[in-house]
Amino acid sequence: MASIAAEMPIASIGRREARIAWLLAAPAITLLFLFILLPTLAVVILGFTDFELGYGGFRFVGFENYAELISDRTFRRSLSNTAIYTAIVTPVSIVLALAIAMLIEAETRARAFFRTVYFLPVASLLVAMATVWQFLFHPTIGPINTFFAQFGITGPNWLGASGTVLYGLSIIGIWQSVGFNMVLFLAGLTAIPRELYAAAEVDGARSWFDRFRLVTWPMLGPTTLFVTTISIINSVKVFETVKTLTEGGPNKASEVLLFTIYQEGFVYLRVGYASAMTVVFLAILVVLMFLQYRVLDRKVHYA
Amino acid sequence: MSVLSLDNITKSFAGNAILNGVSLEAGQGEFIALVGPSGCGKSTLLRIVAGLDHADSGEIAIGGRNVSSLAAADRNIAMVFQSYALYPHLTAGQNIAVPLAMRRLTAAQRLPFIGDFLPGQRQIRADIQRQVREMAASLKIDHLLDRKPGQMSGGQRQRVALARAMVRRPSVFLMDEPLSNLDANLRVHARGEIVELHRRAGVPTLYVTHDQSEALSMADRVAVMIGGTLLQLAPPQEIYDDPAHIEVARFLGQPRINVLETRMDATGLVRFGALTLAVETAPPSERRVLIGVRPEFVRLRPGTDGILRARIERTEFLGSEVIIHARLDAIGETIVARIAPADAATLSTGMPVSVEIEPSRMMLFATTGERLRAKTVAIASSRERAHG
Amino acid sequence: MTAHSLAFGRILRFGLLSLGALIFLAPYIFMISTAGKAQSEIFSSSLSLIPEQWSFAENFTKALSRVSMPTLLMNGVIVCALIFIVQVVVAIPCAYAMAKLKFRAARSMMVLVMLGLLVPIHATALPLYVAFDRLSVLNSYTALVAPFSISVFAIFLFLQFFRAIPDDLIHAARLDGMSEPGIVARVIVPNAWPAITAFAIFSVVAHWNDLFWPLVVVSNQDFATPPLGLLYFRAAEAGDDYGALMAATLIITLPLVAAFLIAQKRFVEGITMTGLKG
Repeated sequence: MASIAAEMPIASIGRREARIAWLLAAPAITLLFLFILLPTLAVVILGFTDFELGYGGFRFVGFENYAELISDRTFRRSLSNTAIYTAIVTPVSIVLALAIAMLIEAETRARAFFRTVYFLPVASLLVAMATVWQFLFHPTIGPINTFFAQFGITGPNWLGASGTVLYGLSIIGIWQSVGFNMVLFLAGLTAIPRELYAAAEVDGARSWFDRFRLVTWPMLGPTTLFVTTISIINSVKVFETVKTLTEGGPNKASEVLLFTIYQEGFVYLRVGYASAMTVVFLAILVVLMFLQYRVLDRKVHYA
Repeated sequence: MSVLSLDNITKSFAGNAILNGVSLEAGQGEFIALVGPSGCGKSTLLRIVAGLDHADSGEIAIGGRNVSSLAAADRNIAMVFQSYALYPHLTAGQNIAVPLAMRRLTAAQRLPFIGDFLPGQRQIRADIQRQVREMAASLKIDHLLDRKPGQMSGGQRQRVALARAMVRRPSVFLMDEPLSNLDANLRVHARGEIVELHRRAGVPTLYVTHDQSEALSMADRVAVMIGGTLLQLAPPQEIYDDPAHIEVARFLGQPRINVLETRMDATGLVRFGALTLAVETAPPSERRVLIGVRPEFVRLRPGTDGILRARIERTEFLGSEVIIHARLDAIGETIVARIAPADAATLSTGMPVSVEIEPSRMMLFATTGERLRAKTVAIASSRERAHG
Repeated sequence: MTAHSLAFGRILRFGLLSLGALIFLAPYIFMISTAGKAQSEIFSSSLSLIPEQWSFAENFTKALSRVSMPTLLMNGVIVCALIFIVQVVVAIPCAYAMAKLKFRAARSMMVLVMLGLLVPIHATALPLYVAFDRLSVLNSYTALVAPFSISVFAIFLFLQFFRAIPDDLIHAARLDGMSEPGIVARVIVPNAWPAITAFAIFSVVAHWNDLFWPLVVVSNQDFATPPLGLLYFRAAEAGDDYGALMAATLIITLPLVAAFLIAQKRFVEGITMTGLKG
C-alpha cells in the first residue's frame, strides 16, 4: 500500500484523500439532506399548499395561508404571548444568572454545593417538574398561596386565570433556565484575567461597582451576547410547560407559537397552514441568529 | 531620605512561608530590581506593596506615611503588569485616561449618560484628555490613541501600559516583569527606554524580574530574593563581585559560578591548589567550606606541571568567548572556565591542562551559604612546588 | 474597607446564596414531601413538610400501577442510547474529514452545518411526520430516533475539537501505516474523549427531556418516553391525586438527577463546553 502511494503522482494522492474524505462524510451528508434540508424545503413548499393529512391531494394556494395567518386571532395571540413570555424570561433569567454566578465566584465556601443546587433544574425532567410547579401554584392547596395566606394575602389562581397564567409559566421558565445561564457566566468569569482586576484596583476602582463596570461587564460581553441569544431562542421555543399544564388556556391566554403549530399541524392535521406558521417561526430564529452574528458580535469582540 | 520603606514583611499561604521578614528602603528616584528564581516571593512582595495582597505582619510606608491598611486605590502607586493588563474594550487613549478619571471624577460623574449632564465634568474631562495627549506624545504613541489593545503589537501595548502608569504622577512605580512578553531584540531596546522614563519621573521604582541581565543593567541597586528571604541588596557591581551568600553568587553570572567543596584545618586555614587562605571568623565546629570562583577567573594552560590538574571534557565556542568544561583530576568535580578565543586556540577536548585561579577572586562560603571573609596568607608558585 | 464591613459582606453574600438555593430547591422539597402525604393531608393545605402519617408506600404503589414505569424508563434509556450512538458514529468521521482532510466540499459542508444549527426539530416535524405516516413507521423506535441520527451540533463541536489536534499526530499515524478510518478509530477517538463526554451529556439531557417529538410520533404507551408517559399518567389521574402524581414525578425525575449528582462536575463541564462552542 505504502509503496503504491509512493509511486502515485501528487495529483492522484490528493484525489485519493478527497475520495476518502467523501466516504467518511457521506453518511452525515446523506442524513443531513434527508432529515434537515429536505424537510426544511418541504415545510416552505407545504406552506404554500392546502395540504391536510387524511385527505389525498393538495393544491398550491400561493400566499393564502400567510394571508390567513395575519387575520388569525389565535396566531396573533400566540405571537404576542410568546413575545411577552420571552420578554420576561430572558432578561430576568440572565440578570439572576449573572448575579448568582458572581456571588458564587466570590464565595469561598460551598461553591460546588451552590453550583449544583442552581444547576439541578437543568438536569431535571421539565415535564415532571412542571407538574410539581402546578402543585406549588395550586390556588387552594398549593404551598405558594398557603404561604401568602399566612400573611392574610389571597394569592391568585396562578395557572388558572388568564391574567396570571403567563407569569406563572414565566416563573417556571426562569427557574429552569437560570442554572444553564449561570454555568456559562461562571465559565466567562473564570476566563477574565486576574491582572485586569489588579490593574483596576491600582487605577483607582475602589468600589465593587467600579470594578464591575471597568472589567467584569465588558469582559463578559461575548458570554452575555451568547447567553442572550440562547435564552431568547429557548424562550421562543417554549412548549413543554404549556402542553403539560395549560394546553394554551385558559381562554388562549397561554397560547404560544410552538403550541399553536402543534395544535394546527398534529391535532387538526392542517399541515399546509401549520407549515406556514413554521416558516414564520423559522424566520424569527433566522433574524435572531443574524442579529447575533452580524450586528452585535462586532461590539463585544475587541480584537 | 527613603520614600518607600518596607519593614519586616511576612506572608504565608496555607502554612507555607512565602516571605520571611523582608525589609527594604528605596530613596527618591531610586531604581531597585527585585530579582530571583520563580517562586521566590518577589511578585507577592510587589503585590503587597501595591495593596493587592495583604501581609501577615510588617509595615509599608510611602513618603513616611504608613499605608499598610490602605486599599490599592488609595496608595497612589502605579503598576505595570507582566501581561500589561490593558482593558481590551477601551482604546489606548481611554486606557491611559482610566486612572485619571477614577480619581478626579466622582462616581456619579462617571455614570454613562447621566454623568454627561452633571456640572463640572466637562472641564475635568477636557483636562484629562489634554494630559493623556501629552503623555502619549512624550512616549511617541500619539498615533495609537484610537486603537484598541487587540490591534497593537506587543511593544506598542507595553508603551500604552507605561503611559497609563505614568500619567497619574504616582509616588511609587511598580513593575512586574514588564519586558518578559517582548521578543529578545525589543527587550534590550525597551530596557533603555524604561530607565530613561524612570529618570524623568524621578520616583522610586521596584522592578521585578527573573532575568539577571535586566536587573544588573537597569537598576541602581539589585535585591536578590531566594525562597522568600531577601539575601542581599546592593549596587550591581558590588552584588556581582562581592556576594554575601552562595545563592546570590549562584543566581547572578552566566555561566554559573564554580563551587568546590574543601576542608578547613583547625586553625582556620584553607588550602586549595597553590593557595592558602585564612578565614577571619571561622565557624566553630564545621570543617567543610565552599569555594566559589567565577568562570572568568579560571585560567587553563596546556601541560601537567601545575598543582591543580584537569582534563578538558567539552568546549563551547560562543563567538566572543569560549566556555570550557574541565574535570579536576584530584576531586573529580567539573570546573568551568570562560576564556578569550585567542587563549583557547591551544586547547582541545581530552587535553590535560593545569588550572590556575586568580587568588583575589576566590570566595569562601560556609556550607549554610553565608560568605566567610578570608585573606590570602600564602601563594606557592606552581613551578616551585612541582620541583620541590 | 475595614475587616468589619468585609465580614458583613460575606454574611450577606452567603445569606443571599442560601436563600436563593432554598427557593430553587423548594419544588424538590415539596415533591418529596407531598409524595409521602395522604390525600386528606394534602388538602388540609398545611405548609408542614413532614407527613403526619407516612403514605410513601401507598402513593408509590399507585404511581407504579397506573403506568408501566419500567417500560417508560427503559424506553427512555433505549431511545437516548440509540440517538447518542448513531449521532457520534455519523458525526465523528464527518468532522474528521472536514477538519483534517483536503476536499473541495469542506467549505459548502461548513455552510450546511451552520444552516443546520438554525433548524430545530420543531421546524422539520411536519414533513417528517407526514413521511413517517406514509412509511407506516409511527409508533416505533425508528420514528423516535431517526430524525436525530444527524446532529449538526455534534459535527460542529467535534470539528472545533479536532482542529486543535496537531496535524503532526495524524502525519505520524499515516507514516506508521494506518488507514484513514484507522486513524479516526485509533488516534482521533481516544483523543476526543472530553468532547465525546461533553456531547453525551448534552445529547442525553436534551433527548431524555424532549416532549415535542415523542408526542408527535407516539400514540401508544409501549413506545412512550418518560415525559410522554408522565403526560399519560396525568391524563389518567384526572383528579387531584397529588400524592400519587408527585410519586410518579419523583420516579421519573430521579434517574437523570441521580446521574447528575454522581457526575455533577462532568455535567457542568459538559454543558459549559457544549454551550460555549455552540
